[in-house]
Amino acid sequence: MSTEQYTVVGTRPVRHDGVDKVTGRAQYGADLQMAGLLYGYVLRSPHAHARIKRIDTSKAEKFPGVKAVITAADFPPTPERMVDLGEGDTPLSYARGNVLAGAKALYRGHAIAAVAATSIHVAEEAASLIEVDYEVLPAVLTAPEAMQDGASILHEDLRTKEFGEQTGRVSNVSEHFRHTMGDIAAGFAEAEVIIEREFNTATVHQGYIEPHNATALWNNDGRVLVWCSTQGAFVVRDVTACLLDVPVSHVRVTPMEIGGGFGGKIPVYIEPVAALLSKKTGKPVKIVMSRKDVFEGTGPTPGSYMKVKVGARKDGRITAAQAYLAYEAGAYPGAMVGPGAMCVFAAYDIANVVIDGFDVVVNKPSTAAYRAPGATNAAFATETVLDEIAEKLGIDPLDLRLKNAAKEGTRRADGPKYRRVGCVEVLEAMKNHPHYSAPLGGPNRGRGVAIGFWFNVGLPSSCNISVTADGTVNLVEGSTDIGGTRTSIAMQAAEVLGIPAEAVRPTVVDTDSIGFTAVTGGSRTTFATGWAAYEAAQDVVRQMKERAAKLWETDAASVTLERGVFRSGEKSMTFAELASKIDQTGGPVVGRGAVNPKGAGGSFSGNIVDVEVDPETGKVTILRFTAVQDVGKAIHPSYVEGQMQGGSAQGIGWALNEEYYMSRDGSMMNSSLLDYRMPTALDLPMIDTVIVEVPNPGHPFGVRGVGEANIVPPPGAIANAIYRAAGVRMRRLPMNPPAIMEAIWSQRD
Amino acid sequence: MAIVFIPTLLRPLTGGRGSVEAEGATVRQVIESLEMAWPGIRERLMENDRLRPNISVAVDGEVTPMGLLEAVSPSSEVHFIAAIKGGSAAVL
Repeated sequence: MSTEQYTVVGTRPVRHDGVDKVTGRAQYGADLQMAGLLYGYVLRSPHAHARIKRIDTSKAEKFPGVKAVITAADFPPTPERMVDLGEGDTPLSYARGNVLAGAKALYRGHAIAAVAATSIHVAEEAASLIEVDYEVLPAVLTAPEAMQDGASILHEDLRTKEFGEQTGRVSNVSEHFRHTMGDIAAGFAEAEVIIEREFNTATVHQGYIEPHNATALWNNDGRVLVWCSTQGAFVVRDVTACLLDVPVSHVRVTPMEIGGGFGGKIPVYIEPVAALLSKKTGKPVKIVMSRKDVFEGTGPTPGSYMKVKVGARKDGRITAAQAYLAYEAGAYPGAMVGPGAMCVFAAYDIANVVIDGFDVVVNKPSTAAYRAPGATNAAFATETVLDEIAEKLGIDPLDLRLKNAAKEGTRRADGPKYRRVGCVEVLEAMKNHPHYSAPLGGPNRGRGVAIGFWFNVGLPSSCNISVTADGTVNLVEGSTDIGGTRTSIAMQAAEVLGIPAEAVRPTVVDTDSIGFTAVTGGSRTTFATGWAAYEAAQDVVRQMKERAAKLWETDAASVTLERGVFRSGEKSMTFAELASKIDQTGGPVVGRGAVNPKGAGGSFSGNIVDVEVDPETGKVTILRFTAVQDVGKAIHPSYVEGQMQGGSAQGIGWALNEEYYMSRDGSMMNSSLLDYRMPTALDLPMIDTVIVEVPNPGHPFGVRGVGEANIVPPPGAIANAIYRAAGVRMRRLPMNPPAIMEAIWSQRD
Repeated sequence: MAIVFIPTLLRPLTGGRGSVEAEGATVRQVIESLEMAWPGIRERLMENDRLRPNISVAVDGEVTPMGLLEAVSPSSEVHFIAAIKGGSAAVL
């Protein structure tokens, strides 16, 4: 456990951007105004699957106030090729196709054309005059349906790949892979209890409160300037440049403040559209999505069909585990089945494992990341099967997990061996928590537990720090601040410099003003950009020691820095005192940090949850919820707790209510926040948090990413609690009142 | 020599072996070494002098964007991973 004592790290300073946000001065993309601004509107497909035979924009173009209309034909005539947009290679036609549909509309809400006009109302009215001749095709909406022989095919050019082998099969299965470890047959032969179950989970959306927005100006000098809400300005830059076929240096992206993303604001949708409209009009063009656009036209997380089979000895030792994971990619390949497969049994040390993963295209929006993408689906299956095994064997469910918990040296089925991880510590904290032994206090109540894993990532980050004469520093970075990372990054610099967090002024800047920085995602920002800040601060310290040495006419090697005071022999000077003398000792002091770190260090989390199930209506009330997570070292404990509570609340919504409710023809029937029921503060109790600190040996301060592992266990924990409350095993998400009543009625029958 | 873990779907090329030893100071050299011992494996892993689309490589448990250029030590473990979007842990 973490025992290191720090001055700034581990404290709870007020966030640097707090005043601007609570006073409404923070600038979001929709706030942006500029001279000559036009407003863009995107026309979307009313069909889930249709061939686009003809688009006639002539009436829209003539509508008063309309300045330009575009379709996919307005992309430059680039030959088809594979492009790497940071997520592996993909055909250019697929990348462009999700921005403006080409030959086919592949989901209801697929962007077909766009209009720029003097007002948003004019643009919307004109879009209704665009005539699109569709040949409607049958839609496939789930992975099992899309995998059937004779299923309607989304992409005639898509062939199933099996690890580098083109099978030549035209199908909706983009990819099949398998992880194998040990001898699965021998493992199941050794088992004394075997449970095998099937699971289905619905498509859900990240539900960020701020819709996507983008403003673009195609300047007269050929440069494209973009302002938008994104988790990664450099991704927007690179993708926009690629789709528009301009050099990457011709695109500058300024990330505005962001009202949530959770993985859903990594993909690019409207930035290239706004840019094309700007190119045609010579004016800046702003597009702001409606909530309906967000639901129907951006990437939710995959629905899934899963089979999980686990065998164990009577003493509770798991001998074998097998998973079949078929995830819906949406309209284009790229379901999050890869990470799902990496995480499905990641919390356990199991010798014999087989995992099959299938990436399946369906007629729904192309999916995107959502907080530990793929892992929540998989853990729902594994954690409920383990609960059944514990029940069958008469073993406490936490003891069963402790007996099989992953630890340092455990090898996952996808290959890697764990370094120091905190799975055991999380389980022990759950077992020792008063919640686990508290009385339930009433009928129709039950308690469930589950755990989950997310591996976290590193990736490149850059940071510059310049010293000002009053002893403060300006910190410039490229990571969009979604969850308080300005502060968690600034605190790491402050710790190195020996100054208060408030003496660091962090600023998120555009892509011309800082070195490449990967997305705010993968729970990487406090880890990797924090590390870049650590390196930049070390660079500042090195230069400041040289300045002190110059003043004191001594060797820089003799100068030390401790808690903000430079010393050499009898002489000493605070950071601020030395900062006031930088001009006379050689001019500006600017530190630089650029990293591409390894050793991100995975995070385990666990939940204890109490529910009450109304046997007459099936309504589930969360009575008490405790979230436990190994965070490595909590840089700012309040933000860590906030991440844990936020992930838990989203996991509860995913478990109990949220789903894309689809009509047979592929229309989302609940594309508003009134009907897409996300939990609010009124629905949930206070979510208690327990921070477990098993420092990550791969980071200067021991940081592990904390943003994602917390969404993984809630559905499994809640399903297990529902079983104890109502006696029914739930194997489908969401576990909403109709689903629970159906389960209760089927059991009675 | 480094230990290379053979993806399940490539094991027919290595006589069913789940892991093999291979020489090489970089991933590229390791693949060349594998090809000498198990002809055909290079084509499944590489295309146009780079890793195939949708395949990533992890050295000592870390997926690396360096791909074929990543350094490998004699004590390294090398895994080839199906890098479906998100599967490479590259951008999440």
